[in-house]
Amino acid sequence: MTSMATSGIELADGSRIAVIGGGPAGSFFSYYALEYAARLGLDVSIDIFEAKDFTKIGAAGCNHCGGIVSESLVQELATDGIVIPTDIIQRGISTYTMHTELGSQVIEAPSDEQRIAAVFRGCGPKGCLDKNVKGFDNFLLGLCLEKGARVIQEKVTRLQRVEDGIMVGYSKSEPSKYDLVVGAAGLNKTTLEMFREICPSFTLPRETRAYISEFFMKTADIQTCLGNSMHVFLLDLPQITFGALIPKENYVTLVLLGTDIGKEVVQNFITSDQVRSCFPADFPVERTVACQCYPYINVDRGQHPYADRVVLIGDSASSKLYKNGIGAAFITGKAAASAAVLEGIGETNFKKYYAPVCRDLDRDNLVGKLIFLVTKLIQKSSLLKRGLLDMVGREQTSEKSSFRMSSALWDTFTGSAGYRNIFQRFLHPMLLLGLSRSTVVSNIPPFNSKRHERQETRQTLQ
Amino acid sequence: MKDKKLGKLYNDGEVIIKQGDKGNCLYVIQEGLVDVILETPEGDIRVAQLGETEFFGEMGLFEEDVRSCTIRAVGEARILTIDKRNFMKSIHRDSSLAYRLLEKMSQRLREANKKIGHTDIAWHASK
Repeated sequence: MTSMATSGIELADGSRIAVIGGGPAGSFFSYYALEYAARLGLDVSIDIFEAKDFTKIGAAGCNHCGGIVSESLVQELATDGIVIPTDIIQRGISTYTMHTELGSQVIEAPSDEQRIAAVFRGCGPKGCLDKNVKGFDNFLLGLCLEKGARVIQEKVTRLQRVEDGIMVGYSKSEPSKYDLVVGAAGLNKTTLEMFREICPSFTLPRETRAYISEFFMKTADIQTCLGNSMHVFLLDLPQITFGALIPKENYVTLVLLGTDIGKEVVQNFITSDQVRSCFPADFPVERTVACQCYPYINVDRGQHPYADRVVLIGDSASSKLYKNGIGAAFITGKAAASAAVLEGIGETNFKKYYAPVCRDLDRDNLVGKLIFLVTKLIQKSSLLKRGLLDMVGREQTSEKSSFRMSSALWDTFTGSAGYRNIFQRFLHPMLLLGLSRSTVVSNIPPFNSKRHERQETRQTLQ
Repeated sequence: MKDKKLGKLYNDGEVIIKQGDKGNCLYVIQEGLVDVILETPEGDIRVAQLGETEFFGEMGLFEEDVRSCTIRAVGEARILTIDKRNFMKSIHRDSSLAYRLLEKMSQRLREANKKIGHTDIAWHASK
């Protein structure tokens, strides 16, 4: 049930929406579509098709992700009245620790409060015995249920365009007609190929493999070894662009991003001195992985992710390069919901009101690629690593500092700001001057030793 | 476990924002309750009590003026700060974020009008 408006097809009272995929993108779309419809006094129904049961432990209930809800997303959700409950949060992250072969440096949060949430996407890793663990995806799905969405725990097997709608076929039931179908299936190739049937100009996103694993550890050990800090590693190891350890309550999540990450790459990483130093001395890192996976991540957008009555969101369309996938799900899910409910569900509507949001993410990712290229240079250069550590160290110990490097790195690691914004800040003349100075001072022995002496004197005085 | 919570913890009676101070951020209550206090020469008047998911300090986002009330934690309260810069950046991308704020501000204005109306009627009646 839709109405034809001069600007295209519009949702009307009684319209039915099918959302294929109940991860964050699908849930954010559903939540906001129902919210906007309520504001307009429009009576639409949403069926979310999700074959996974997010209350299950291990792979059966997990969407394979490191589980960081960024500072900016926590704040945007809070502004919208969505407070992430304590039982969903595994740990609040208040600092980042940057590790290199030449030393480590803690970067404090710009404010004195915890604004980054470490969560489990599912109900905990394989073998998890803690019955109290609750997942982020299930929390979001719960919000949609409260708003009136229906969750159908089935796999969609067929999508077919008919004259005034899209038929959605799923196991056990007769196909059902919907006015709008939303693709939020992540990078599931089978489902995305199905979408090409009803959205022929859509091309699938380009992807690469990442690595995620969970180490079971005592809460006290996590507190002692990692604290409330996310540990990021800029190590000169082949194929690894970015590595991080995320502390949770009883687990530590390892995330590796790069090119074609396989077993050998993982072994090289976890046995490096810098990673070993984040675990208790007698902790057998090589043998204690509770749960691991090699999920695909989006590294280049899907083209033309919309058609009449069809829109694809989240990883299925555009994401944020290497960081803040949940944030990208929020941005695309909400933008598609706003376009569909407030503007219309025709291709022209999505082209005008949704496509710019995807394009903006893509443009940002282009700059992101440049930032990661520079990061790669730093990973390979001892001179630059010393300079970087020196500059961050100076900023973190000085009360007068403007924290240019620390805040740019903070946003790079947390995914709290767009890559264009971060890049502009990296190009600030004062930051470049500071980095050049630190690189010279930290790499020339006489300066270096004098600086150490000064630092030691300052610490003694403190 | 306190490490599982977001925001900053304020103890019972602790002042979160002080009337007359300058401020430019919004606060969202993650857990607990806060009292909204109007400080007058005759003494403190509690004008409202706010709970989880509610926000305060929104006027600081739009005006350069000082805080109009004092906000004090009732029991332990956990509060998340939304910086003006982050808020404005988000609004620029997604203007619907301002909707809830406008809705709540409109509701507060209506309540304030009602209170003024009652005071006005009572004042005329006493004459």
